[in-house]
Amino acid sequence: MTTSDNPFTTALALIAGMDPVLLGIVALSLQVSLTAVLIASLLALPLGAALALWRFPGRGVIIVTLNALMGLPPVVAGLTVYLLLSRAGPLGQFGLLFTPTAMVIAQVILILPIIAALTRQQIEELHGEYHDQLRSLGVSRPRMMPTLLWDARFSLLTVVLAGFGRASAEVGAVMIVGGNIDGVTRVMTTAIVLETSKGNLPLALGLGLVLLGLVLLVNAVAHLVGETARRRLG
Amino acid sequence: MSQRPSATLALALAALSGAGLSQADDDYIVLASTTSTEASGLFDAIIPRFTEKTGISVRVVAVGTGQAFEIARRGDADSLLVHDTDGEETFVAEGYAAERADVMVNDFVIIGPDGDPAGIADAESVAEAMRRIAEVEAPFASRGDDSGTHRAEQRLWEAAGVEPGGAWYRELGSGMGPTLNTAAGMDAYVISDRATWVAFANPQNLTLLFAGDEALFNQYGSLLIDSARHPHLRHDLAQQWHRWLLSAEGQRAIAEFEMKGQPLFFPNALAD
Amino acid sequence: MNDLRLPATAASEIPPLTFEAVAVSHRGQRLLGPLDLRLAGCRRTLVMGPNGAGKSLLLRLAHGLLAPGAGRVRWEGGAPRQAMVFQRPVLLRRTALENLTYALAVDGTPRGQRRPRAREALERFGLAALEKRPARVLSGGEQQRLALARAWLTRPEALFLDEPTAALDPAAIRAVEAAVLDFHRRGTRVVMTTHDLNQARRLADDVVLLFGGRLIEHTPAERFFAQPRTPEGQAFLRGELVW
Repeated sequence: MTTSDNPFTTALALIAGMDPVLLGIVALSLQVSLTAVLIASLLALPLGAALALWRFPGRGVIIVTLNALMGLPPVVAGLTVYLLLSRAGPLGQFGLLFTPTAMVIAQVILILPIIAALTRQQIEELHGEYHDQLRSLGVSRPRMMPTLLWDARFSLLTVVLAGFGRASAEVGAVMIVGGNIDGVTRVMTTAIVLETSKGNLPLALGLGLVLLGLVLLVNAVAHLVGETARRRLG
Repeated sequence: MSQRPSATLALALAALSGAGLSQADDDYIVLASTTSTEASGLFDAIIPRFTEKTGISVRVVAVGTGQAFEIARRGDADSLLVHDTDGEETFVAEGYAAERADVMVNDFVIIGPDGDPAGIADAESVAEAMRRIAEVEAPFASRGDDSGTHRAEQRLWEAAGVEPGGAWYRELGSGMGPTLNTAAGMDAYVISDRATWVAFANPQNLTLLFAGDEALFNQYGSLLIDSARHPHLRHDLAQQWHRWLLSAEGQRAIAEFEMKGQPLFFPNALAD
Repeated sequence: MNDLRLPATAASEIPPLTFEAVAVSHRGQRLLGPLDLRLAGCRRTLVMGPNGAGKSLLLRLAHGLLAPGAGRVRWEGGAPRQAMVFQRPVLLRRTALENLTYALAVDGTPRGQRRPRAREALERFGLAALEKRPARVLSGGEQQRLALARAWLTRPEALFLDEPTAALDPAAIRAVEAAVLDFHRRGTRVVMTTHDLNQARRLADDVVLLFGGRLIEHTPAERFFAQPRTPEGQAFLRGELVW
C-alpha cells in the first residue's frame, strides 16, 4: 500500500490503485459483516416479532436484556467469544479461533440484540395499526408474524442497516477473536488499528475513509431502494 | 443424548465456515508473537521464504507478550515467538512448552523529545539515563501492558534504583505503536524496541536519544508448545518452523531483513 | 356472478346475535350498558347516536374484537362468517390485488383460485384498473371500496361497518351505500353505524339508538323516522340530542 501525507490523497490512491491487498481486506470485511448481518437477521427478526406479538412470563426480562445488550462493549463480546472458541473453552474442539467464522460469531452476538430490539418496536407499532383488521380477517397470531414482518419491510431495512453499521465499524471484538492475521482475518478496522500503531496515520485515515465510503455506499443504496418503494407503496 | 446438541452445533458451525469464509490451505500454523516483530515488517520478509521452502503458511497473531503467553497456554497457537526470557523460562518450567531457543536479538532504545530536557543523550549507562529522567520528572510514557517491552522497562528502572511514579510517569496500557503515538503527542520519553521505532512513521518531535548499553539487549526466543498438553495442535508443522528459524537459512533470512537501510534483528541462534 | 347468493345459508338461517346485560367500563367509568339487544334475520340495522354514545363499542363487541366487561355477547347457534369495515380502512402495504389475495389465503382458498376471485371482486367494486396500485396510495373512496371488496370475498353472513362513509365525498358515499345494498341482496345481515340521518333513511330496516352508552330504542325504520317511541329519539331526529 502506498502512503502520502494527505489522508484524502491516500484514500483516493488506494481506491484508484485497486491495491490487491486492500481489495482483499475490503472483500473480507464485507463478507464477514454481511454474513453476520444475514445470520443475525434470520434470528432476530422473528425473535423481535415474537416479542411484539406474544405476552408470556419472562418477556419483560428478555426485552430489558436485549435493550441492555444493545450497548454491549464489543471487547466484552469478543472476549466472551474468545473464551468460548479457545481450545481450552467449551467449543474449542471446532478450532474456530482466529478464523473469519469466529469474527462472524462475535458480530452476530453484537448486532442480534440491536436488530431484535428495534424489530420489536417496529412490529409493535404496526401491530397496533393492523390488530383489529387482522383479527377481523381471522388471522392467527403465528400467521400475523410473517404478515407484519413483510409489511414492516422498509422500516426493518433501516433496522438491519443499523446492524450492518455496527458490525462493519466494530474493531474490539474482531481483533480479539480474529487475531488480525494478514490475509486471513485482517479486515478494514483491524488494518486501521495496525497502521495507526505503526504511526502510518495518513494510511490509517485513508483506510478509514475507504471504510466510511463503503458504509455510505451500502446505506445510500438501501435508502434509495427503501424510499422509492416506500413512496410507491405508501 | 449429550452428543446430539454438539453434533448439531458442529453442523451449524461447519455450514458457517463453509460459507467461503475459512481459507482453504490446510498447511498452516498459528504463531503468537509480539507487535514489535509484526509492525517492523520482519515477518513479511522471512515468512514467505519459509512458506516457499515448506509449503507451510504462518498465520501471525501479533499481541503483547503477556497475551501471547496466554493464547499459547490455552492451546490457541501452535508456536510462540516472544521476547521475555524470564517469562519464557517459566513457561517451559510450567510444562507448557517443550523447548525454548534463542533466535535473535534486537535492542531497546530510549526515545525522547529533540530538546532532551533530562539530558540523557550523553549518559554513561542506561541506568544513569533512567535516573536523570526521574530526577527532572520529565514526562515518561510506559507501555503498562505487561508486554515484553514493559517488563524490560521495569527491570531497567529497578536496576537504576528508581521506583517510578507520580504525574510524570504515565502508564498507557497500550501496544508499542500507540504508546509511541501518545509519547509523540505529549513530548514524553519512551522506551521502544528499535524495530518498531525505525518503522514508526509518526515521530513528530521525537528522536533516538540513547542506545547501545548491553542492558538494553532484547532477546527473542522461539518456543515449541508441549504436545502432550495440547495434542490437537499442529506440532509437526510448528516444529518445522521452529527448526527453520534456528537453521542457517532462517538465521540468514533474519540477518538480511533491513528497514530504511538498517538491519534490525541480529540472529544469534547459532552462537550458542 | 356465481357468488351473488351465499351458498349454504338462507337469509333466515343467519344466527341471531344477542347482547345479554352487556357492559363495558374503562378505569371505573361505564362506557356502555348494561344493555340487552337482539339482532336477527337478514336485516340492515343502522346504529345511531351522538359521538361517545357507544356505537363503535357496540360493533366491536358484536364482531368479537372486544370482550364485554360484564354480560354476554352470543350468537344463537354458533358464530357465522362475518367481516368488518372500519371508518379508516386498514389496508396492507401491498398492491390492491395482493390485499385481496391475502384475505383469500387466510380464508383457506386454494392458491390457484385466489387471483381470479380477487380480480372478480375488484371488477365488481370498480377497481379493476387499480389492481397493481399499492393500496396505501389509493384515494379514500377507493380504499374503502377495496376494504368492501375484501369483505365481499370472505362471503360474510354478517357485515359490520363502522361509519364507513364518514371521511368520504358524495360520489364515494354513493358507491359504499350501493355496496351495502349488494351485500344485503346477497343475504348478508348488515350492522352499520352512521351519523348521517339521510343515509339511515336510505338504508335502514331498523334503527338502534344509543345515548350515553345506553340503548334508547331499537325500532323498525319506518316507525322510527315517522314517530320515535322515546323523547330522546324525537330530540335526535330534530337534531337536538347532543352529548
